[in-house]
Amino acid sequence: MKFSGGVHPAYHKDTAGLQIEAMPLLHRYVVPIAQHLGAPGKVLVAKGDRVARWQPLSEPVGFVSVPVHAPTSGTVKQVAALPHPLGRPMLAVEIESDGEDRPWEGLAPLGDWRSLDPAALRRAIQAAGVVGLGGATFPTHVKLSPPAEKKVDLLVINGAECEPYLTADHRVMLEQAAEVMEGVGLMMRVLGVPRACVGIESNKPDALAALRRACPADVAAEFVLLETKYPQGSEKHLIYALCGRRVPPGGLPMDVGCVVQNVGTAVACLEAVRDGLPMTERVATVTGAAINVPHNLRVRVGAPLLDVLAHCGGVTPDVGKVIFGGPMMGIGQFDMDVPLIKGTSGVLCLRDDEAVLYEGGPCIRCGACVDACPMGLVPSAMGLIAERFRFEELGDWHVLDCIECGSCAYVCPSRRPLVQHFKRGKAEWRDILEERRAKTERDAKRAETAATA
Amino acid sequence: MLVPTVVLSGIGLLSGLGLALAARAFAVETDPRQDRITEALPGANCGGCGYAGCGDFAGAVVRGDAKPDGCPVCDQETRRLVASIVGLTVQDRAPQVALILCQGGDDVAAKKYRYNGLASCASAALLGGGDKACGAGCLGLGDCQRACAFGAVEMTPSGVARIIPARCTACGQCVAACPKDLIKLVPAEATIHVLCSNHDRGPAAKKACAVACLGCKKCEKSFAEDPRIKVADFLAYIDYEHAPDDPALAALCPTGSLVYRGAAAPAAERTSS
Ligand code: SF4
Ligand code: SF4
Ligand code: SF4
Repeated sequence: MKFSGGVHPAYHKDTAGLQIEAMPLLHRYVVPIAQHLGAPGKVLVAKGDRVARWQPLSEPVGFVSVPVHAPTSGTVKQVAALPHPLGRPMLAVEIESDGEDRPWEGLAPLGDWRSLDPAALRRAIQAAGVVGLGGATFPTHVKLSPPAEKKVDLLVINGAECEPYLTADHRVMLEQAAEVMEGVGLMMRVLGVPRACVGIESNKPDALAALRRACPADVAAEFVLLETKYPQGSEKHLIYALCGRRVPPGGLPMDVGCVVQNVGTAVACLEAVRDGLPMTERVATVTGAAINVPHNLRVRVGAPLLDVLAHCGGVTPDVGKVIFGGPMMGIGQFDMDVPLIKGTSGVLCLRDDEAVLYEGGPCIRCGACVDACPMGLVPSAMGLIAERFRFEELGDWHVLDCIECGSCAYVCPSRRPLVQHFKRGKAEWRDILEERRAKTERDAKRAETAATA
Repeated sequence: MLVPTVVLSGIGLLSGLGLALAARAFAVETDPRQDRITEALPGANCGGCGYAGCGDFAGAVVRGDAKPDGCPVCDQETRRLVASIVGLTVQDRAPQVALILCQGGDDVAAKKYRYNGLASCASAALLGGGDKACGAGCLGLGDCQRACAFGAVEMTPSGVARIIPARCTACGQCVAACPKDLIKLVPAEATIHVLCSNHDRGPAAKKACAVACLGCKKCEKSFAEDPRIKVADFLAYIDYEHAPDDPALAALCPTGSLVYRGAAAPAAERTSS
């Protein structure tokens, strides 16, 4: 099934043919404590401590929280607020490596997942700090624990990789096909679902063939080649394209019986269980016209951006913008000392003439954004409202359903900064809702005291 | 000609009568004290009290939800009057003025990226805290100016906000509007201020902005004991309870973040009246 809306940006998947290469060990890593959506963990180490590779640096606080682990062995230089890809400095552990890469003795491999019960698998996945590698970095064990009243019957595996430029998932599917499919089987066991459905965009038929070939007999997976269209990899659109179910506004995939996981996450879950290995590395695409030697890199979490760029031959003199993630939803970086983290699917280096700063003009009511919005929203109207700071009206236009995919801004002939408006608008509308809720509560309390008095 | 005139006037008269009767029959009882309070208030409907205008605030005072001195704009006499209408008394309060604790315009403060989105500080602040290299600095996109109902905020040519003290009523709307938390209400008679909010260590602060407080403590040390300017976390702050009043103090500051705005200052810079 095809979803309506969406766009066809130039794909630039130039790195699709490059084998994953492991990044050499660095002298220094900066490991932020908060690399996932949810409560950041509690730091377990202090300045001067010696740590081993895979040793936990923090412990989860609560259920929606995961630990982070040391990417190599060495000494803790400092625990402080350091630059973070999300823009503001955040608590991080800086490690000076000793070059030995000595493994931690506390690793606890569990062996074959087929003989383990779901609760043990879930615990191992949380302890390994596994988060969704698609970019949203939601703790995986939480997604794998749907509440009993939600009947989940389908595991959706996201191999769409619809963001232009990025090829990390593509390479993982080609080079680690067997591990991806083992991981899929493992996650199916955790969820107790009878089948899985793997969605891959039509520009990667080789990935689909590789996964199909590698699929073990006891893993009931279906493989579907999807239309190549952005944002095919958005959870809601992937589910609709694969099985025709529509996630309700404000709802989650599990409301329609689905759980969506990325292919890289499947591998991480397998390694966490089979080998007891925490998530301390990921595959990231380093690409763009302004990087000298593009790569698909297996990089340890916490590697400083400067070192990663240097490993790829450095940036060209005409570099204009460096983005973490893809060009549609990625986050521009201003500090080249930020570390790559679990959610960094790629590093995109654009030339100055590619990263043009357009002055947004007035809306000419052409409606192109309305056609492009895959969520069926009216970006033109929402943009006009947000621009006038009338945020309280945004609720009527369902601003919270905006997935910030950027399709509207991509097609807008007037170059209006629509997504920026909606990011702000969503934050303001949430504040308004919260205020209203608090006021209703206050009023109720007052009525109560008045009644008793 | 006669018939339409009579008919139209008749309709007019009948509707008028109907409206008059309806106004009687469905009249909403308001507490007369609410009207008297509304009358007494400035009528600026600025929202500084946290209510949707002066009438709403008056109602809240009558219901006992708001304190009678909750209007930050009106003078002490008016506050007393409002309180007396509901049979209460109010404490005297020293007049205040808003102050923007940043002077880092484009001429002195570095930028960390080029921003070209919506001209609003709150939008810019969502992107890594804004484009200023100083994590605390004024973004100069005027959210405070838009929030001020009294036209008391201006933008300097170098792009920092500045309060015009003569117009400021200390309603606090700008304080709430600033996403960088840069605006404070200070006693109007205070003359010495630290116009910086940067908590970075000296070298880092200096790199980001030429007029940043370095936390060097020259000001603090100039007091033999009981300093009225203290440095905490690499930023000086004035103890406004015992505010110093000495134009010479400002000259001690190596960066100019400590400023004198009292009677001896040029008229345009004065904050105290
Ligand atoms: S960013 Fe939001 S409004 Fe724009 S196309 Fe995507 S979902 Fe629609
Ligand atoms: S695409 Fe741009 S100009 Fe056209 S209607 Fe949408 S916001 Fe307006
Ligand atoms: S003081 Fe605050 S609200 Fe006013 S322009 Fe500066 S950053 Fe914006």
